[in-house]
Amino acid sequence: MNEILSPVFILGGSGLFIGLFLAYAAKKFEVQKDPRIDQIVGVLPGANCGSCGFPGCSGYAAAIVEEGAPLNSCTPGGAAAAGKIGEIMGATVDVSGPKMTARVLCQGHKVEKKYAFTGTINTCADVAQYAGGDKSCRFACLGYGDCAAVCPADAIHVIDGIALVDETKCISCGLCVKACPKAVIALTAADKKVTVTCSSKDPGAVARKACPTACIGCGICAKICPKQAITVENNLAKIDPEKCVNCGICVNGKPAVGENPAVKGCPTGAIVNNFKRPVKAAAAPAQNASAPVV
Amino acid sequence: MSNMSIFGIIVTAMIVQNIIFAKFIGCCPFFGVSKTLDSAIGMSLAVIFVIVMSSALTWLGYYYLLVPFHIEYLRTILFILVIAGFVQFVEMAIAKFSPGLYKALGIFLPLITTNCAVLAATIINIDENLSFIKSCVNGFAIAMGFGIAILILAGIREKLEFSPIPKHFQGLPISFMCATCLALAFMGFSGMQI
Repeated sequence: MNEILSPVFILGGSGLFIGLFLAYAAKKFEVQKDPRIDQIVGVLPGANCGSCGFPGCSGYAAAIVEEGAPLNSCTPGGAAAAGKIGEIMGATVDVSGPKMTARVLCQGHKVEKKYAFTGTINTCADVAQYAGGDKSCRFACLGYGDCAAVCPADAIHVIDGIALVDETKCISCGLCVKACPKAVIALTAADKKVTVTCSSKDPGAVARKACPTACIGCGICAKICPKQAITVENNLAKIDPEKCVNCGICVNGKPAVGENPAVKGCPTGAIVNNFKRPVKAAAAPAQNASAPVV
Repeated sequence: MSNMSIFGIIVTAMIVQNIIFAKFIGCCPFFGVSKTLDSAIGMSLAVIFVIVMSSALTWLGYYYLLVPFHIEYLRTILFILVIAGFVQFVEMAIAKFSPGLYKALGIFLPLITTNCAVLAATIINIDENLSFIKSCVNGFAIAMGFGIAILILAGIREKLEFSPIPKHFQGLPISFMCATCLALAFMGFSGMQI
């Protein structure tokens, strides 16, 4: 009996003693912290994503109070959190700037594989080391889910071999942007629905050979855009979020309003209305009739 | 080791049986906190203090709590308990009485809780049947050995910043190689008896 009891009492007793001693010491040696730090921790979202550049939410709160860190660095909290922090600190905060969301700029889930990777490695970063990845388009999403692994909000999932962002969950911390070795994820303005969902800078013929939905740099979108928001650089269309009005004319198959119905948008489907993009059946090209016209 | 002189213990623990280069213990802070000399000095000072104090505390705990009740097999758990509690207490005390030192050591103190060199030092003390005084001396010498190792590597890594290293070797890979060369150099001491 003693072999059991004495260890329990000795170890439990010393644990209890040390615990009580520490509790007493914590009270005795308590350092007065600025109460604003705890208040700010309360209004921060608690994602601890590190996109503010400080170690976790409490680190950021301490940096605000003690070192005068910028009040609007919290991207997940956005304008709401920045406003509340401003109230606590008694300062006005510049909360301008659109809400951002991560988007995967690739639809290349059907892109053929250059080679069959049979190793045990299953991260994009590693596969990207072998001849630039196993996709025949060198810009394509590899689909091994490095972005999904780092996402603190569970907003990214690899579905049918391509990463998809659930924009309702995205906190725009930007960790996936850093994690993607192919740089196909970008932070984009969340209220701009129309996105060039392709990253291929290859010439049109090469890009189209690799992927049916590649941007071939034909410039039709740039021509039909009523706001001149689209430019083609390096064989890739680019939408200026400041000028874009979400009209959706450039989206695949959508005739421009009041224009010749024969003039259609992106011939390959590289431009996508992101809100209408079906998450499950990402295989289908973008919906054509439902883009709102502004 | 128990019948060695104090001087012999110091030289053995510090150089011949260097905790990092001969025993490969404590490599995590060795690579983690050796980017700059400043942080390396802070880390080694904190380690010296914690190892000496926990050598003393665990020696007392072992010989006055565990040995009388014949439960020596519980030493690892007890030592972890004592070290973790002690480090917590030191952190609180320093934060209260010396904010300047707390800022300087700040991040290193909690790191030491998970530094296996501390636990290893206390267990070596027990395994070698050292007396109380010799345990403290041994702990001090082990911590000095840790400090020497981390300072040498930090000095090298500061120079490496400006060296033309191929991209794939930059950062930790080249640090591992430097540490390997250092360990090989320290092998020259192996087998020395004082």
